[in-house]
Amino acid sequence: MTAAMRRLAAMLATVLALAVGLAPLAAIAVDDPSEMLSDPAQEARAEAIGAQLRCLVCQNESIEDSSAGLARDLRHVVREHVARGESNRQIMDWMVDRYGNFIRLKPPLTIGTVLLWLMPVLALLVGGVVAFLSFRRARGTGPAPLSDDERARLTDLTRPR
Amino acid sequence: MTEAASPPNPARRRLLMAAPLVVAGGAGVAFWRMLSGMRQGSFDPHDIHAPALDRPVPDFALPGLPPAQGFGAADLRALKAPVLVNFFASWCIPCVAEMPQLNALKDRLPIWGIAYKDKPAEAQGFVRRAGNPYARIASDLSGMTAIDWGVSGVPESFLIGPGGIIRWHSAAALDEATARRTLLPLAASLRS
Repeated sequence: MTAAMRRLAAMLATVLALAVGLAPLAAIAVDDPSEMLSDPAQEARAEAIGAQLRCLVCQNESIEDSSAGLARDLRHVVREHVARGESNRQIMDWMVDRYGNFIRLKPPLTIGTVLLWLMPVLALLVGGVVAFLSFRRARGTGPAPLSDDERARLTDLTRPR
Repeated sequence: MTEAASPPNPARRRLLMAAPLVVAGGAGVAFWRMLSGMRQGSFDPHDIHAPALDRPVPDFALPGLPPAQGFGAADLRALKAPVLVNFFASWCIPCVAEMPQLNALKDRLPIWGIAYKDKPAEAQGFVRRAGNPYARIASDLSGMTAIDWGVSGVPESFLIGPGGIIRWHSAAALDEATARRTLLPLAASLRS
């Protein structure tokens, strides 16, 4: 083992140890047990709602996954509303009223999002048409038979010298 | 089916070659427009949500940050002239950056500040160091009022028109160009 290799191995070991050591800390930052509702059914509902809400600071994480301050506040708000007995729809409307549809990780079907929602169907249709056309072509007559001239040229070209 | 047997159609071949170029070109133009819009301030990727616009300010009443006087929705709805409401915090770097701009603005447009999730002592120190651009300062310690306004981070500014209607919103630090091109003309039009 060269010195450089040994250094690299030590570095890797340090990174690994840090990652393993810090993982529980990260989990605690997001999931402070004191945030949770005591009723497991209500807590599960709150988590399901939170998983549908975008963390506006990090933008591609849900508020349940994020440890940003705003995400923590919004988690708290969701739990307050759940404890008050509001429906999922009411809580979602409360959020959309303040932050717009952008806060919903699953956007509603509107004129602006029609293309987004129909894209899988469109992709399937286009793919189907392309596949149909190329299959039909493959099943066609194949290349035309060689003419007499061509056959003569081919024999000439492949004749052993 | 004779298509496979026929020699490759040059027009079709050119079309196939051009299609990726056209797509890449279109994407490039769209991206360039986004970037230039960001530079000129006409496009802000963080500002795609502003449901508060053209609505009255939400209900709230916040204590003041001594010695400044606090305010609430009732004060904003009683307004006869426009006011800029600015959410800030001592722990926020862009807030420090926009303070000179707010100080340059305060004589032309009154600015009311809301200290967002900030310890009063630290917010007071920050305002003092920045030369206090605020006519009034309220303290939103829990951050719940900010959520009712749809604030996703500091600094954020709202132009409040007469009657407490939100007329303009910015989720970025105010700069000189935005103030001159957008904010001040809009405030002037609300005054007449």
